[in-house]
Amino acid sequence: MKFGIQVNEGPYTHEASVTAINFVKSAVAKGHEVFRVFFYHDGVNNGTRYATPPQDDINIQQTWSNLAKEHNIDLVICVAAAQRRGLADDGEQERNKLDGNNIMDGFRISGLGQLIEAGIECDRLVVFGD
Amino acid sequence: MSILHTVNKSPLDRTTLKSCLNLAVKGASVLLIEDGVYGAVSGAESTQMVQDAMGDVAVYVLGPDLKARGVDESRLIDGVKVVDYDGFVDLTTDNDTVSAWV
Amino acid sequence: MSNVKKFMYINNKAPYGTIYAWESLEVVLIGAAFDQDVSLMFTGDGVYQLMKGQDTKEVGIKNFSPTYAALGDYDINKIYVEKESLDARGLTVDDLMHLVWEDEDEDWAEKDSIRVVTSAELAEILDQQDVVLSF
Repeated sequence: MKFGIQVNEGPYTHEASVTAINFVKSAVAKGHEVFRVFFYHDGVNNGTRYATPPQDDINIQQTWSNLAKEHNIDLVICVAAAQRRGLADDGEQERNKLDGNNIMDGFRISGLGQLIEAGIECDRLVVFGD
Repeated sequence: MSILHTVNKSPLDRTTLKSCLNLAVKGASVLLIEDGVYGAVSGAESTQMVQDAMGDVAVYVLGPDLKARGVDESRLIDGVKVVDYDGFVDLTTDNDTVSAWV
Repeated sequence: MSNVKKFMYINNKAPYGTIYAWESLEVVLIGAAFDQDVSLMFTGDGVYQLMKGQDTKEVGIKNFSPTYAALGDYDINKIYVEKESLDARGLTVDDLMHLVWEDEDEDWAEKDSIRVVTSAELAEILDQQDVVLSF
């Protein structure tokens, strides 16, 4: 089956990101396709590349990035939520004249339509939040 | 149509489990994850509410979240089924829709 | 095959204390362009999102409540409010904003968008959805 995933919370503060990661790992191991993970609200913070958690803890941002590469998963950060919370890629940096960008490899920033599209395209949409 | 509800908050802290059970049709499945697993234990204030619902809905609990919290399966309400993440995925494919009570 | 799915937006959280209500409404507005079969449900403290007379001037954050009145213009007119949630909060439909839509098939007659339904009715409606979005 084809899955869409929505993550509403940032990493570490809430368990939502880790539950979503474990769900995605199981889904792909069982032969399902994870088409897209859409990060909304504080969930956009799953996509910052400047996180340096202690080595004995899970690196959530890196884990997403690795999953995306291994299983060809589209990791989409909502642009409206990202702008409120200071997440930027090259395009956002240029558009808003920021002095840098902070998006993790494997993520991209796009509009809310990507979430609706995931709902339309996928057999199941599963939401993880607070 | 069949529906899977997920609940991720303790019923003693939030009302999402109550809201979910009120809105679960007969034959629905409810999966308790994260802090929601506390809703699966017996001898709590919430136990009766869950037991009453279990005549109409199937209640599941995510084992890894139980273990993380030191909640032994012997404390669970009779009839609550423990699943792992693979079981979570299966529940989402066995049902037509997933509704998250976040 | 028709690609129209039934989308339900669950609104279970009060406004302003957290951003979920507002960012959820932003998704509803964007989603309206996709021509899907959209419903909104308000349960629990989510019913507070529809209260009349919201004024955030002194707090200094955006008052997004006028946006609900625009939903009718986006062809979103199935707004289900759980009766039990209103009752539990000492509210009636008169405490909520008056949301309307114009019915093209009846010479643009103005109709109420808010439908107060019981838990049992809402459970059946929820069971019929293809995609359930929660925020």
